[in-house]
Amino acid sequence: MAEKQVKIAKGGSFLLEPTGSYRVFTPDDFTEEQKMFSKTASDFLEKEIIPILEKIEHKQPGLVPSLLKKAGELGLLMIDIPKKYDGLGESKATSMLVSEKMARIGSWAVSAGAHTGIGTLPIVYFGNPEQKKRYLPRLATGEILSCYCLTETGSGSDALSLKTKAVLSPDGKHYILNGGKQFITNAGFADLFIVYAKVDGDKFSAFIVEKAGTEGIQIGAEEKKLGLKGSSTCSITFENVKVPKENLLGEIGKGHKIAFNILNIGRFKLGAGAMGPCKVMLAEAIKYGKVRVQFGKPIIDFGMLRRKVADMAIKIYAGESMAYRIAGMMDAGLKSVDEDDVVKQMEIIEEYAIEDSIIKVYGTEVINYVADESLQMFGGYGFTEEYPIERPYRDCRVDRIFEGTNEINRLLIPGTILRRASKGQLPLFEFIARINSELEEKSKSRISKTSGPLAWAVRACELSKRVALYASNLAVQKYALAIQDEQEVMETMANMIIDTYAMDSACARTLQLIEDRGKTKTRVQMDIANVLCQESYDRINLLARNIITAVAGDEAKKHFKNLEKLGTKGRIDSIKIKKEIAAHFVEADGYNLSAS
Amino acid sequence: MKIGVLMKQVPDTETKIRIKDDASGIVVDGIKWVMNPYDEYAVEEALRIKEKKAGSTVTIISMGPKRSVETIRTGLAMGADSGILIDDPALEGADCYATAKALAKVMEPENFDLILCGKQAIDDDSAQVPQMVAEFLGMPQAMVIDKLVVSDDGKKATCYRRIEGGAKEVLEVDLPAIVAAEKGLNEPRYASLPGIMKAKSKPFKEINLGALGLKAEEVGAKGAKLKVKKYFLPAEKAPGKIIPGEPEDAARALVKMLREEAKVV
Ligand SMILES: Cc1cc2nc3c(=O)[nH]c(=O)nc-3n(C[C@H](O)[C@H](O)[C@H](O)COP(=O)(O)OP(=O)(O)OC[C@H]3O[C@@H](n4cnc5c(N)ncnc54)[C@H](O)[C@@H]3O)c2cc1C
Ligand SMILES: Cc1cc2nc3c(=O)[nH]c(=O)nc-3n(C[C@H](O)[C@H](O)[C@H](O)COP(=O)(O)OP(=O)(O)OC[C@H]3O[C@@H](n4cnc5c(N)ncnc54)[C@H](O)[C@@H]3O)c2cc1C
Repeated sequence: MAEKQVKIAKGGSFLLEPTGSYRVFTPDDFTEEQKMFSKTASDFLEKEIIPILEKIEHKQPGLVPSLLKKAGELGLLMIDIPKKYDGLGESKATSMLVSEKMARIGSWAVSAGAHTGIGTLPIVYFGNPEQKKRYLPRLATGEILSCYCLTETGSGSDALSLKTKAVLSPDGKHYILNGGKQFITNAGFADLFIVYAKVDGDKFSAFIVEKAGTEGIQIGAEEKKLGLKGSSTCSITFENVKVPKENLLGEIGKGHKIAFNILNIGRFKLGAGAMGPCKVMLAEAIKYGKVRVQFGKPIIDFGMLRRKVADMAIKIYAGESMAYRIAGMMDAGLKSVDEDDVVKQMEIIEEYAIEDSIIKVYGTEVINYVADESLQMFGGYGFTEEYPIERPYRDCRVDRIFEGTNEINRLLIPGTILRRASKGQLPLFEFIARINSELEEKSKSRISKTSGPLAWAVRACELSKRVALYASNLAVQKYALAIQDEQEVMETMANMIIDTYAMDSACARTLQLIEDRGKTKTRVQMDIANVLCQESYDRINLLARNIITAVAGDEAKKHFKNLEKLGTKGRIDSIKIKKEIAAHFVEADGYNLSAS
Repeated sequence: MKIGVLMKQVPDTETKIRIKDDASGIVVDGIKWVMNPYDEYAVEEALRIKEKKAGSTVTIISMGPKRSVETIRTGLAMGADSGILIDDPALEGADCYATAKALAKVMEPENFDLILCGKQAIDDDSAQVPQMVAEFLGMPQAMVIDKLVVSDDGKKATCYRRIEGGAKEVLEVDLPAIVAAEKGLNEPRYASLPGIMKAKSKPFKEINLGALGLKAEEVGAKGAKLKVKKYFLPAEKAPGKIIPGEPEDAARALVKMLREEAKVV
C-alpha cells in the first residue's frame, strides 16, 4: 500500500481540486521499517525517559544532554541528516512519526526537537560542504548539541526587527557579534548556536557559533515556566563574540530565507507531533472513565463523556490525516530531486508553507482541546499531579505560542494564498469565477453532483470550499491589498480554510481506505468523516455569513441567497453517530486508527 | 561460534484478547505483534556472545505465518546476521511437538554451536518447545537460565538458574546445547535506527514443508499430539479488598477473614 504513488500537488490546491481526486499519504500507509523506527522511539521513551521524568522535570544538571546522547546512539537524532553526512536521510513522514512518539513527554520532545530540527536543519539545508562535514556527523550522534537563536526581547513575532549585530573585524577574519537572545531552548547546555544577526546592523544573516573556545557568550538563568519544566530555556548575551568568517551560514542578507524555511518545517513537525500526546491522553481518559464509578456506573457510560471521546478522536483523525498528507507530498517531491540540490529541496518545502501553517494551528489547538477535555474526564483528580493529564495540560500550552504564534500563522494562511494567486501560481480567481458562473446557472445540479462512497461528506466538503472562497472573495474585492490590516476578516478566512483542509484530508484518507479494504472495515472512519464534514460545513457557513455581513452592505441579501444555493441536502444525526464513534474507541481503550 | 536463536511472534502483552465466536481461537484482527519477550533475552545474549567471540554469527529461526518476518527483522535490526522462517499453510494447528519437530529439522543442517531461546512464549505459555527441540537434536538442555557463561574455547557453557528458597543451581553443559532464557539474563537492546535500515539487506529465507522434507501429516494439525478443543477467557476476578487500619489491627482482621470467610486457615 505504501508504494502507491502519491501526487505532488501544488501547495494550497486542496481548495480548488475535487476532494479525493488523487492519492495522498496517510497514517495507514507506514512501511514496516517506519513502524520499527516508531517502536524504537516509543520504547526509548517508555524505558529511558518516563521512569526518570521527575528528575528531568526538576532539571537535574547534565541529565537531558546525556539522554540526548543516548538517543543519538540509537539514531533518533539523525533522521533528517543526509546519508552522506552520517545521517539516515530518511523521509519527512518518518521524521514526523518519530516526532509523534517523542512528543509523549513535552519537555523531552522540545529538547530533542530544538536539536534535530531548528538546531540542525539550517546546516543541512543552507550549510556549505565544509560546514556540513564539520558539524553534521557530530550533530547526528548527539556528540554536539545545538540550539537556535532567533528571538530577542524586542523581537518575537516580528523576528526581522532583531537587533543583534555582526561586524567584520578589521583583519577580515571574524565577524564580531553583539546582542542578546531570549527564550532559547537548549541554551543551558548547547555546544553549537545557530545565531541570527544583522551584518552592519541591516543585513539579516545567520551564523554558526561554537561555544567551545569562544569568549563573550553569557547564558542567562533558566526561565521559570508554566510547562516544559524539563527543557532548558535561557537568554543569551553575545558580547564581542568572535565568529570565524567561515561560519557565516548562507549568504549575507539572506538569513530570513533560512529562518522562515526552517520555521516551516518546525511548524508541521510541531502540529503533527502534537497528535502523539493526544492519543496518549485520550487513552488515559477512557481507561480512567471505565474504572471511576459515580451514580452507580462507570462514568464512561455517561453520554456527555462519550461525546467528549468522540470529539477528541475525530480531531485526532483529522489532524493526523492533514499532517501526513503534507509529509507525503514533500517526500514525493524531495525524492524527485538530487540529494545535493538544496535549492530545489527548499522550493519543495516552501511549496507547502500554507499547509504548514494550517497544521501548526490545527494540531496545536487540538492538543490543547484534548488536554482540556481529557483532564475534565478525570474530574478533580485530573487537576492533581498524581494523575496523568496535569503535566501535558501545562506542557502543551506553549505550542500555540512558539514556531510562530497561532495569530501569525493565521495571518500567513490567507496571506500566502492571496500572494500566490496574484502571482498566478495558484488558479484561485479562475476557480472563483467558476463558482460564480455555477451560481448564475439556475440549477444547482452541477455543484451537488457527487456519488460513490462517502458522497454526502465529499459533497459537504466541495460546498464548503465554494462557500469559503465565495465569501473570502467578497472581502478581497472590498479591501484589496488593505485586507492585510483587516485582521478579524483574515482570521475568519483562515479558520474557514483550516476547516476545509481538515475535511478534505479526512475525506481523502477515508476514500482511500474504502478503496483499499472496503466499507465494512472502514465504518468508524466513515462516521468520523461524516460528522467532521457536517460540523465544519456548518461552521464555515456561519463564518462566511459573518464576512458577508461585514463587507457586503446592502448587497448582503443577494449573497446569502447564493449561500443557500450552496446548501447541503439533508442532515446526518451527529448525536447518534458520535455515540457509535465513541463506542469504537471506548472498546479499543484509545485511539487505534493509525497503523503505528 | 555459530549461534541459532528460536524466536516466536506473539501478541503485544497489552493486547486485549478476544475469542472467536466459535471458540476455535483468538481474533487476530487489529492485534499488534511483537517478539516474545523471553526471546528478546535470547537474541540479546546471542549478540553479546557474538560481540565477544570474533567471527561468530547469529541466525534467527521462527515458525509462523508470513507476518512473522517483521519480528525476525526486529532481531536482524538488533544485530543478528540472518533469518529463517518456516511458513506453510499445512502447519496450521501444529502443537508443541510438531513445532519442535519442524524447528529441529530446519536447524539440523546448520550445525549450530549454541541454540538460544526464551523459556516460554507468552501466548500459549506451554514452555515445551525448547526441551523437545533438544530431544529431537540430541543435545543437552538448560532451561530457565538467568546467567550464561560460555567457556573461552566455546566447548562448554555454565548456566545458572534460580531455584526455590533463593538458591541458585549451576549447570555445566557441553556445547552444542540448547539454553532457554529467563527474565534477568540481560537487558535487551533497542533496534537502533541504522540497524533497522541495515536489516533490510540481511540474508533471510523462507522455507516451506516441501523444502524441509517434512510431510503435513508429521507436523501440521494431523501430526499434533494435542488438540485445543475450545478457547475461553478466564472468569473475571472479583475486586480485591483493602483492609484499612493500623498494621496490627489489619492483620487481625485479615486472619479473621481467612478463617471465617475464605475458610482457608
Ligand atoms: C518555551 C519556549 C521556548 C522557545 N524556544 C525558542 C528557541 O529555541 N529559539 C527561538 O529563537 N525562540 C524560542 N522561543 C521564542 C518564541 O518563538 C517566541 O516566544 C514567539 O515567537 C513569540 O514571540 P514573543 O514571545 O515575543 O511574543 P509577541 O511577539 O510579543 O506576541 C505577543 C502576542 O501578540 C500577538 N501578535 C504579535 N504580532 C502580531 C501581529 N502582527 N498580529 C496579530 N497579533 C500579533 C502574538 O500572536 C501574541 O499573542 C521560545 C519560547 C518559549 C516560550
Ligand atoms: C483543588 C480542589 C479543591 C477542592 N475543594 C473541595 C472542598 O473544599 N470540599 C469538598 O467537599 N470538595 C472539594 N473538591 C472536590 C470537588 O468538588 C470534586 O472534585 C468535584 O465535585 C468532582 O468530583 P470528582 O473529582 O470525584 O469527579 P467525578 O465525579 O469522578 O467526575 C469525573 C468526570 O465524570 C463526569 N461525571 C460524573 N458524573 C456524571 C454524570 N452523571 N453524567 C455525566 N458526567 C458525569 C464529571 O463531570 C467529570 O467530568 C475539590 C477539588 C479540587 C480539585
